Amino acid sequence: MNHEPSTLAIAIFLGMVGITLGISFYLGRKAKDSAGYFAAHGQIPWFVNGVAFAGDYLSAASFLGICGMIAFYGYDGFLYSIGYLAGWIVALFVVAEPMKRLGKFTFADALNAKFNSPGIKLAAGVSTLAVSVFYLIPQMVGAGVLVRPLLGLPHWAGVVLVGAVVIVIVVTAGMVSTTWVQFIKGGMLVAFSTVLTVMILQRGFHAEPELPAAQTIVKQADGTVLVNGLPKGDSPGEGQLQPVGSISKLPGGVEKTGPLGPLEFFSKLEQSEVVLWSKSEVKGDDGSTTTTFSPKPTPGSQILQPGASPTFAGIRSEKFSDKLNFLSLMLALFCGTASLPHILIRYYTVKDEAAARKSTIVGIACIGFFYVLTLYMGLGAMTSGALDVTDSNMAAPLLARSMSELLFAIISAIAFTTVLGTVSGLILASAGAVTHDLLESVTTVHLTDAQRVRIAKMAAVVVGIIAIFLGIAFKELNVSYLVGWAFSVAASANLPALVMLLFWRGTTKQGIIAAVLVGMISSLGWILLSGDTYAAVYGLPKENSIVPFSQPGIVTIPLGFITLIAVSLLTGGQRQQAPAPS
Amino acid sequence: MANRNARIGLILFVVYLAFYSGFVLLAAFSPATMARTPWAGVNLAIWYGFALIAAALILALVYGYLCRIEVPSEPVRPAPGARDTASASKGGHQ
Repeated sequence: MNHEPSTLAIAIFLGMVGITLGISFYLGRKAKDSAGYFAAHGQIPWFVNGVAFAGDYLSAASFLGICGMIAFYGYDGFLYSIGYLAGWIVALFVVAEPMKRLGKFTFADALNAKFNSPGIKLAAGVSTLAVSVFYLIPQMVGAGVLVRPLLGLPHWAGVVLVGAVVIVIVVTAGMVSTTWVQFIKGGMLVAFSTVLTVMILQRGFHAEPELPAAQTIVKQADGTVLVNGLPKGDSPGEGQLQPVGSISKLPGGVEKTGPLGPLEFFSKLEQSEVVLWSKSEVKGDDGSTTTTFSPKPTPGSQILQPGASPTFAGIRSEKFSDKLNFLSLMLALFCGTASLPHILIRYYTVKDEAAARKSTIVGIACIGFFYVLTLYMGLGAMTSGALDVTDSNMAAPLLARSMSELLFAIISAIAFTTVLGTVSGLILASAGAVTHDLLESVTTVHLTDAQRVRIAKMAAVVVGIIAIFLGIAFKELNVSYLVGWAFSVAASANLPALVMLLFWRGTTKQGIIAAVLVGMISSLGWILLSGDTYAAVYGLPKENSIVPFSQPGIVTIPLGFITLIAVSLLTGGQRQQAPAPS
Repeated sequence: MANRNARIGLILFVVYLAFYSGFVLLAAFSPATMARTPWAGVNLAIWYGFALIAAALILALVYGYLCRIEVPSEPVRPAPGARDTASASKGGHQ
């Protein structure tokens, strides 16, 4: 689908990025030492930190991915919302206060508080880097997706733009300005999503009984592309894909519902018939590929229950392994949040455990409220002609465009700063891991404070450049799907070590190192060998994969725990450390 | 006090875990139940989903409230934390 850049959108977008950078430079002047650069001197007020949690957490996957998935398939995207939010319960009740009590700069600090072992630092540092890079890919892909309609730039330009701006933010400023950027962005995202939801409810539904025509893209052997039978382009005689998404029948045969209440919204949709779009691809003998998008009227009641999308179709299957795939993902989402390095480092920016606790509660309130809105925004996009059949990630911004150009500009700019914020948090977490964990565990040279900050900044530039390349390479992959995997790796590698350290005195340093490494390697290995990766990355048939289902969590998280317990029991003779901290 | 907070946290954690597991298992093994519309024409999947989000916030507030009673003005904890703070500020003056 073609997207016209709009001057207003560009102006608002540049204004917001400019303001963000201005704040970064202004606040960054003060952060010269390690404590300032990595942990904002522990001086961030708890309320600000709480909203910044929302800013960190509500990444491109939440805003673009979940809304898009709901818009395309209905309720299934909301399953991600539920899982992502539930993870905060683990963060608050189990991890928040001990993290604050035990650590200083990084997650590895907390793991290592009892043992002072370079091995733990190394293992935890490597897993921080692995999770962060995995999590960075979908963010960068999201950035590329956003700039296409907003600025009319190609995908790679968006990725490079985000990468460059984020490197500037992280290098000049560190945790203080990253936190404030997150705060502003988190607050604006929730506020404008509320505005959008109110507008959806005010507008209500309308029915378009006439079924739209199917749309086709033909890629011919010589490389030319035909859209709906015409050469691709905007002039008369050329073709473009049309935006889709409509209701074909409303209850009672009415044409318009008028303004709806928040519950009426669902009850009306339950009894309506919605036009969804299915995609099929046929390879012709002449080397051409025809992709057909065909309308598929679907009862609303089908859309409002789990299992309508390909990702969660296993729910409706009779095969037990398909159901396991779903259970595995929901477990990984539940356990993953409290293991994400860029979330965990935020506990070091507040002054004490009470502040850590309070800011988590504020975070849960903001994030939970936002996730309720995702269902309205996604279904709103599904029913208001705001879908690009080729790209589910664009649903939320295009929904805004269907309301007004101004709102579209603001929402797009917020979505872009969303990516900026999350990416800067991730790069900062990686830089911290390189400086504090990797470097200090492999070298004995004592670094001065200024040297550490300099090394962290260099690491930030390197990680940023790697992220740019990955963002361009992986542009075909689905954003929220990739994030699900990042959660699996985080939960498998980090959670067993963290939880057992807190609750079992028999934990040894060898046990922790083994659990982190086994969890990380097994979950990464499982993902690389899964059917979904076979199909999406290697282009091999899904059935050839070695593992029985795609989501590793349900196997690799328990595996991490078992490894830790077994290795700890075997090496238990060396247990002479202080009593367990909790 | 850290112990007491951890115990409260664990209890609330188990409560939420049970509620969440109920949702996941129902979605996986009894989709027909999720499709029912028990109240206001809105189906159970949506009610349960919203209830999970509301429950997370309510339990979080309960936890915050229970932890607050015992520790009205909690000072920075000694033990490992103190060492960390000291070394951090030492680092800061180099």
